[in-house]
Amino acid sequence: MYGVAEFTLEDDESGGSRLALSGPFLVATIGPVEHHLSEIAEPVSAIDLSEVSEIDTVGAWVTCRLAAKHSAEIVGASSQAQRLLNAVQGVSSDVDLTPERVPVWERVPEAVGQQVYSARAGIYGVVSFFGGILIGMANIIRHPSKFPMRALVRQMELVGVSALPIIGLMSFLIGIVIAQQGAVQLQQFGAETLTVNLVGRLTLRELGVLMTAIMVAGRSGSAFAAQIGTMKLTEEVDAMRTIGISPIEKLVIPRILACTFMMVLLGFYASVVAIMGGAVIGQVALGIPFFTFLGRIPEVIAEYDLWVGLIKAPVFGLIIALAGCYHGMQVQGNSEEVGRRTTMAVVSAIFAVIVLDAFFAVFFTEIGWG
Amino acid sequence: MTEQPILDEDYCDDPANAHERFCDQPPIVVEGLVNKFGDFAVHDGLNLEVNRGEILGVVGGSGTGKSVLMRSIIGLQRPNAGRIDVLGRTITAVDLDQKIGVRRRWGVLFQGGALFSTLTVGENVEVPLKQFYPNIDDNLRKEIARYKVLMSGLPEEAIAKYPSELSGGMKKRAGLARALALDPELLFLDEPTAGLDPIGAAAFDRQTRELKETLGLTVFLITHDLDTLYEICDRVAVLADKQVIAVGTIPELIETGHPWIEEYFGGPRGRSALATHERG
Repeated sequence: MYGVAEFTLEDDESGGSRLALSGPFLVATIGPVEHHLSEIAEPVSAIDLSEVSEIDTVGAWVTCRLAAKHSAEIVGASSQAQRLLNAVQGVSSDVDLTPERVPVWERVPEAVGQQVYSARAGIYGVVSFFGGILIGMANIIRHPSKFPMRALVRQMELVGVSALPIIGLMSFLIGIVIAQQGAVQLQQFGAETLTVNLVGRLTLRELGVLMTAIMVAGRSGSAFAAQIGTMKLTEEVDAMRTIGISPIEKLVIPRILACTFMMVLLGFYASVVAIMGGAVIGQVALGIPFFTFLGRIPEVIAEYDLWVGLIKAPVFGLIIALAGCYHGMQVQGNSEEVGRRTTMAVVSAIFAVIVLDAFFAVFFTEIGWG
Repeated sequence: MTEQPILDEDYCDDPANAHERFCDQPPIVVEGLVNKFGDFAVHDGLNLEVNRGEILGVVGGSGTGKSVLMRSIIGLQRPNAGRIDVLGRTITAVDLDQKIGVRRRWGVLFQGGALFSTLTVGENVEVPLKQFYPNIDDNLRKEIARYKVLMSGLPEEAIAKYPSELSGGMKKRAGLARALALDPELLFLDEPTAGLDPIGAAAFDRQTRELKETLGLTVFLITHDLDTLYEICDRVAVLADKQVIAVGTIPELIETGHPWIEEYFGGPRGRSALATHERG
């Protein structure tokens, strides 16, 4: 057992009080007694440490502070106590542990101002990033032997092939939901056979590509940002530049090409699987045989419905890859920044995809592809 | 004055442990330690004793398991076999996050400092105090944090800084301040001078020695720095062939004639460190 830290206060001959500490004065035992010690109001002329069984720097600190407050003399300190007292004597400070917080009415305008300034820097960054990509593309076209074929194939595998199961499952379920929900509504008009039109047009024009874009943004856009960001942190990107390899050509362009190209294939694949999901519901719930459902699809949807999806897909893929690579290249400082930039990459990619999708919807209707 | 019982219940949960602060058992005893990663054994029947009040340097080539040994001793790594007693407590018998009193009696400085990045240096030092001794008054705790930071050799301005604003050497010192927050009896240092410039490294060595003498610490120090070994270590343990092949002062080690030890201390760096030591 440590025992308990205690103190007694006695009057001594010279009129002042003598404070005798006893027991262990350690970080473990000081808590309860320190409060009482700091409440001593009467003047103390001497602090007696001769009864202290053990002492550490915390005990020494409290003793020192007390002695300074009462301008008392410390007596009876063992050699160990004296050593600790000496050690803590010269190191007092009253700096606050946390930096001063700026009041909210100063903080908010400052943050807004910073945002405005960084928006300008962001625009410069985006423009120079685009410029870098164009130059990189031009270089590759002039020297086709520099084309990063291996990196491209690898990225195609990561973005496209390994996404097949999850995108297939997602699309299949979406096809089921559209068919089932659509059938419930259309049944009220006795038009459940129009479920085929609904599923076919909706998946080919909108949902197949849009859901795939969201999934690719979450899977690959974030991966691009995190990979490139980490490579920036570990100075891999700088090492490449030093050796004369352009990171835009080796890292960014393969990812952009792979993502753009694979989005077309994945979007089409997603639409097809969603239609199959709809056909399953047709068989199970609506009494439309599976192959009849599929056979009706080419009859009820216009050819341009397919093109609408196929035109949107590469644009979305490009946006996702650009956002991922751009934010990855912007990483600097610490690992927290990687997380922040990855989040920004995904959020801005999905946001841009949905805004563009709205524009596309208006555009295609205007040109008569509604 | 106060009837408060002592707070360190775990520390005294076993009557046999009471007053071990003064008992003669070495603070760290490692017996027959076996650590395996897959089929690869890092340690195989490793034995080591650390004496009270000494600075024990631990050296060994890369991959000889110096850090693994430290992690085993502080209970972060469950060994495959063997027994480790730290301050009279068998650490190999407890789980990773089990609450044991002995944890508040050691301090650890990890290689990179391992400071909590969302807290300032001062708040970092406060964390162990808050965790283990919640009955310490807020003001006193802040004062303790301040003087610990200053004792570790950091300037006053560093107290309210975040780890990302500090240089590598300052991070190590801040980590040292946190390791010393509870006035531990045992201090573990994992390559404290790695990545420091020679002046900073020498200052850190001096600081370690001073703190050890003032606070009566026992120090377990992993290092590659030959100057550190010569300047501040009382004894040196050499890890090789999955075991501690020798423990002793540097002259004693050289006398063993083990080829790795001869190469280590007899190489160009070893000789120049010795020369510096003899000059200084």
